[in-house]
Amino acid sequence: MPDSFRPESPLSGIFLMTMRFQTTLARRTAKALLAALGMAVAIHSAHALTADEAKQLTTGDTEARIAALSAAIANADDKTFALIKALSEDAAKLAGARVLILDGDKSIDAVSGEPVALPADAEDIISNNRMRGEIDNAMAALRLLSKRATERLDAANALLKEPDAAKLPLIDKAISAETDTAVKARLILAKAAASLGSDDVAVRQQAAKDMTGAPTPDTVLLLNQRLAEESDAEVKAALAVSLREVQSTLQLGEKLGVMFTGISLGSILLLAALGLAITYGLMGVINMAHGELIMIGAYATYVVQALFRTYLPGAFDAYLVVALPVAFLTSAMVGAIIERLVLRHLYGRPLETLLATWGISLVLIQGVRTLFGAQNVGVENPVWMSGGLPVLANLTLPYNRLVIIGFAIAVLAGMALLISKTRLGLFVRGVTQNRPIAACMGVNTARIDMLAFALGSGIAGLAGAALSQVGNVGPDLGQNYIVDSFMVVVLGGVGQLAGTVYAAMGLGMLNKLLEGVAGAVLAKIAVLVMIVIFIQKRPQGIFALKGRSAEA
Amino acid sequence: MDPFKMKPVELPQPAPLLSMNGWRAFVLALIVVCVLAPVMNLLVPEGSAFHMSDYAVALIGKIMCYAICALAMDLVWGVAGVLSLGHGLFFALGGYAMGMYLMRQIGRDGNYHSDLPDFMVFLDWKTLPWHWMLSDSFAATLILVVAVPGVLALVFGFFAFRSRIKGVYFSIITQALTFAAMLLFFRNETGFGGNNGFTDFKRILGMPIATPSMRMTLFVLTGLTLLACFLFARWLVGSKFGRVLQAIRDAENRVMFCGYSTLQYKLTIWTISAMMCGIAGALYVPQVGIINPSEMSPANSIEIAIWTAVGGRGTLIGPIAGAFIVNGAKSWLTVVAPSFWLYFLGLLFVAVTLYMPGGVVGLVKKFAGGDK
Repeated sequence: MPDSFRPESPLSGIFLMTMRFQTTLARRTAKALLAALGMAVAIHSAHALTADEAKQLTTGDTEARIAALSAAIANADDKTFALIKALSEDAAKLAGARVLILDGDKSIDAVSGEPVALPADAEDIISNNRMRGEIDNAMAALRLLSKRATERLDAANALLKEPDAAKLPLIDKAISAETDTAVKARLILAKAAASLGSDDVAVRQQAAKDMTGAPTPDTVLLLNQRLAEESDAEVKAALAVSLREVQSTLQLGEKLGVMFTGISLGSILLLAALGLAITYGLMGVINMAHGELIMIGAYATYVVQALFRTYLPGAFDAYLVVALPVAFLTSAMVGAIIERLVLRHLYGRPLETLLATWGISLVLIQGVRTLFGAQNVGVENPVWMSGGLPVLANLTLPYNRLVIIGFAIAVLAGMALLISKTRLGLFVRGVTQNRPIAACMGVNTARIDMLAFALGSGIAGLAGAALSQVGNVGPDLGQNYIVDSFMVVVLGGVGQLAGTVYAAMGLGMLNKLLEGVAGAVLAKIAVLVMIVIFIQKRPQGIFALKGRSAEA
Repeated sequence: MDPFKMKPVELPQPAPLLSMNGWRAFVLALIVVCVLAPVMNLLVPEGSAFHMSDYAVALIGKIMCYAICALAMDLVWGVAGVLSLGHGLFFALGGYAMGMYLMRQIGRDGNYHSDLPDFMVFLDWKTLPWHWMLSDSFAATLILVVAVPGVLALVFGFFAFRSRIKGVYFSIITQALTFAAMLLFFRNETGFGGNNGFTDFKRILGMPIATPSMRMTLFVLTGLTLLACFLFARWLVGSKFGRVLQAIRDAENRVMFCGYSTLQYKLTIWTISAMMCGIAGALYVPQVGIINPSEMSPANSIEIAIWTAVGGRGTLIGPIAGAFIVNGAKSWLTVVAPSFWLYFLGLLFVAVTLYMPGGVVGLVKKFAGGDK
């Protein structure tokens, strides 16, 4: 369905954050394995693992083992960590009274750390589901004592999500050992969350107050839960106050999120429409193939990306540096060819231009289908563009969106400078304002037409490179943007860069605001209808050039 | 002679509706549609060289509907100079009006054996939505087929022409309107069957719809409508009204300065054109057996413009020929070389605008003139 506005919900930030958390968890398992190999996990307190403890952890009934586990993590050292780690990965074996940890084809004694030969009669250690759950919890808790601040932060966040009063001693220990202020703040919050279930009224009250430091949906959930269970009136009041505060912070985050997605959409529309602002706004050429020039830019990016992956995997993160000029030049070249072969003969016949360029767009779409197939192709973001900038607990600004906003501003500034300050810009303005006079002054108008059209097309190519970073790249990519781009230019007023900017931003914001109320499709319809009505009122756009021509 | 008594101004006689040859061709077309085609399809046995296959009947019937659209497009674009990229919407609206009636005619024979159309049962609707109220009556449907596109065109056109939106602006706005309507019809809540639209029709006026004789009836009906529309358009263009329209196309401001209110002229032809498209859509749906929102896609509307351009703008007969040429090529190419169809269509757009501004009719005239 040709729905050009990408579904973005205000929640996407949160979603992104959780996704990220999960992937880091997966990565962590791999890292922790390495750590276990080299025994590099630095644990702050050093209580050596005894043979007794190791035995209690690995044998006996589940209840006893869980008790032993709790005791072990309360004052754990490197070896305890390695053993629990091995248990969670089924890499531990029992040989008589000794507990061995498998490491590839070698094995080491869990207590002494000495490498030993694996006896033939070594038994597997059986852990049931409950035990496994406890082991996983223990692992998560132990990460609080990890050497890396980011790991500790993640562990603290995990504890904050699922507070457990039993982990309080561990958290206390982590707080006292913590040096990083950000992690410490998080840990204190985790402690507050855990203490909400404490028996001491004063502790609970304090904890309720402290919870405002973590304005997340999880906190709302936790506070609501506690509010329902709480019997003490004062604590109840404190909980309610905290709840209100957290909720208002969350709402602010949501509102800012909607605004951000609006600005993001606006910047995408702006990029898509900027090229059109030159070809249509300045030159008056109705280029229905504009969307396809965007698509070509996106495919150029895809090709560069694929080449980098094959030949220069080491420099993959820098492929955009090459892709941008390539996308610009490819689209500009296609644009120049179109201008030379077709449009040149159609100046002053807008309706015919519209039909001819529509035909060109069909040819370009089919050409891309022939070359690359009808399926969407995948363009991978460079690593530095994935992830996001956390602003509020429920508001993370994805880096790729931020980059695109910055990029749109840069392209806009570059174009404005080019048009207003350079010789080419002067010529373009001269030719568009009064062709015969410009020709009399010695301007090669035919060449300027071609260059201007190539410039507009090249900017479309840049838009394509940017769009490839946030959405699917397929032969139909351009079709999704052509109606919107024209709306932006028409709404903004022909020949007006400033108008284009306001129109793009306005449409982006309006669309996202309505989306919150009415859903994506209805919002889009409403926006289209509003534009149609608006143009009735001001046929020349928001910023009309004033003139006295009867034809205007 | 009294110098103050003026001789009455001699107005030029309006050209005859059709020339002698024109009438001959018209009668020939009438015979082909009403007699020859039914005989060749229904009476001539299948093995014979003169047999007209069911496929050909379906294809030509479909193209004749398209030709009505092209004719309607020519009235607004070729004659009045207003390029609409929204005629696909009017076509689809007529089609949907007819489709709703056909859906109701299915009765309880649908997959769910319910009184409601299948997709409503699927969506768990209990009653018929308000806009389906008239869909049980064939007479009301016939009115809706022209009224819905007509009223929409009237309202939209009134506001657009009143604010003097012209040329490309008007084209782009009609495209936006069509696009918005398509999105709306794609929604399930709007009660038009969503993505799938309407299909699986069983009967029309109580008679089964898929029989050869019913197909032929629809074919003849379409042919007659096309011929009637053509005569009507000829008459309209030859009248004073048509002449003013052509003047508006060539120099709207001058016409206004002469004291004409161009709004009324443009609005009238625009609405008539939309109604013709609605009729075409209504004839199209029972023959093709399906209507869905993709009929409203901007590409379809712009294709109507290319039929008109290929045939020759402003010639009335040209767009009909254009519809046959382009759609004939389409049905042939999409079978022979499916991946080349878009190349062909795209290059056709370019070639016609660059080298054949008069379309096929223009070419024929040029060569015919060159021979003399």
